[in-house]
Amino acid sequence: MFMGYAGQVSLGHGAFAGLGGYIAVILSSNYELSPLFSIFISVITMAILAFIISKPILRLKGHYLAMATLGVGVIISIFLNAEDELTGGSDGMSVDSFSIFGYEFTDNLQWYILCAVLLVFTIWMFTNLVDSPFGRVLKSIQGSEKAANSVGINVSHYKSIVFVISVVIATISGSLYAFFSGFISPAEASFSHSIELVVMVVLGGLGRIYGAIIGAVILTILPQLLTSFEDYQTLIYGAIIIFIMIFMPKGIASLFNDMKRRLLAKDK
Amino acid sequence: MLKINSVTKQFGGIKAVDDLSFRVKKGHIHSIIGPNGAGKTTLVNMITGVYKVDHGTIFLDGADITNITTDKLVYRGICRTFQNLEICENLTVLENVLLGFDKYMDKSIIKSCFRAKSILEDEKRHKDRALHLLSLIGLEKIANQKAENLSYGILKKLEIIRALGTSPELILLDEPVAGLNPKETAEVADLIKTVVADEVTIVLVEHDMKMVMQISDYITVINFGKKLAQGTPEEIVNNKDVIRAYLGSGVVC
Repeated sequence: MFMGYAGQVSLGHGAFAGLGGYIAVILSSNYELSPLFSIFISVITMAILAFIISKPILRLKGHYLAMATLGVGVIISIFLNAEDELTGGSDGMSVDSFSIFGYEFTDNLQWYILCAVLLVFTIWMFTNLVDSPFGRVLKSIQGSEKAANSVGINVSHYKSIVFVISVVIATISGSLYAFFSGFISPAEASFSHSIELVVMVVLGGLGRIYGAIIGAVILTILPQLLTSFEDYQTLIYGAIIIFIMIFMPKGIASLFNDMKRRLLAKDK
Repeated sequence: MLKINSVTKQFGGIKAVDDLSFRVKKGHIHSIIGPNGAGKTTLVNMITGVYKVDHGTIFLDGADITNITTDKLVYRGICRTFQNLEICENLTVLENVLLGFDKYMDKSIIKSCFRAKSILEDEKRHKDRALHLLSLIGLEKIANQKAENLSYGILKKLEIIRALGTSPELILLDEPVAGLNPKETAEVADLIKTVVADEVTIVLVEHDMKMVMQISDYITVINFGKKLAQGTPEEIVNNKDVIRAYLGSGVVC
């Protein structure tokens, strides 16, 4: 949403997800708080942190903003590696099992259901949000900051809010992933993870909520399908992504929109 | 209504606006003219808080509004348009106009996420108002087209309509007919004269002399950041300083 609707680029969201995950894990493992409550505290901490960084960082635009978020990401990554006692350093740390109000999550099916429910709920909320006057403000910031400003919109305020929202979502996903895999390591907060998130959004289609999901599915499945190529896996992977970017610059989601338009045109 | 009190703006060693003072009367169409580089747009940018004023003060109805930013001024009743079009091309025509009503809209995130009834009703009400504004320039039929598909002339009008959505008391139009053909220019002039001027005080920065002379109630001429002359259109046309410095001979239509 931060990228697709408000037109900002962040290379730090992998790190935010990782840090959020760590906070939740540390709270639940070391302080024996319930997992749900740990995630809740983690979300609040990360939201406050995001709000504080957003003020100076969002004065930057375009490539400079990307570089700054990248910088924050690298700092978080180094911090997680260096703080051995708290985070287990580069070895990572193991995570207790996840439970909600005493109900334990033990097999994958339970996780699928939980994630599916959360995903559908989040999509529903964000689709509503994007359709609302609030969403229009975000789109207007992408269209023309000057125009938004001239009708009374405090542009930097809204950029901060969206940044905080996106970090909150990253924190929730990072925490859940840590509880799901039962393990967390600084790799979750690495630069390549952030890049992966950006590629998902761009690949799927900027400015479309479904776009990011399509991108995520492809980016997760593609490496699995390509394992049979062994050594050439990364090469083919890169080639496919370049191919998609050249021929579908608006992302894969735009294909569906085009098809819909054509079908509608035929009806007429 | 608007009082500019000896404002100065310096860029490096150059005084873009130099100790300039004038007043805009309520209900007037007040034009500011001057040769290229005279400091007109700088002046607009100072009034709307885009540039910091080096010296001097600006008053709106007796309240000091010097250096208040553009978005906050909208809540004080001042809105502006831009010399170089600022339209959100990724939005539809209607959405661009709706943006003008932004300051009246409830944008609570929680309520928006859950599609609260109050938000939907609010949106519907403002949509009707936006469509009404669009009908004034005959655009209600293409309300759902993307703004990027429309001609420059239409977008120039759209920008003025969007500004009207904020219900301003004072509107600053920075070259609303720059780059338009004579027919479009006449349409914009008509829009300003009949629709905008009815309710709103206008500060008009413009190069098109014919239009300025036709619709202005009062004119301030600036040159090299200083006030050269002021008066009604008739007085300005006959002012020798103005003719020498700016209009030249034979330009006045």
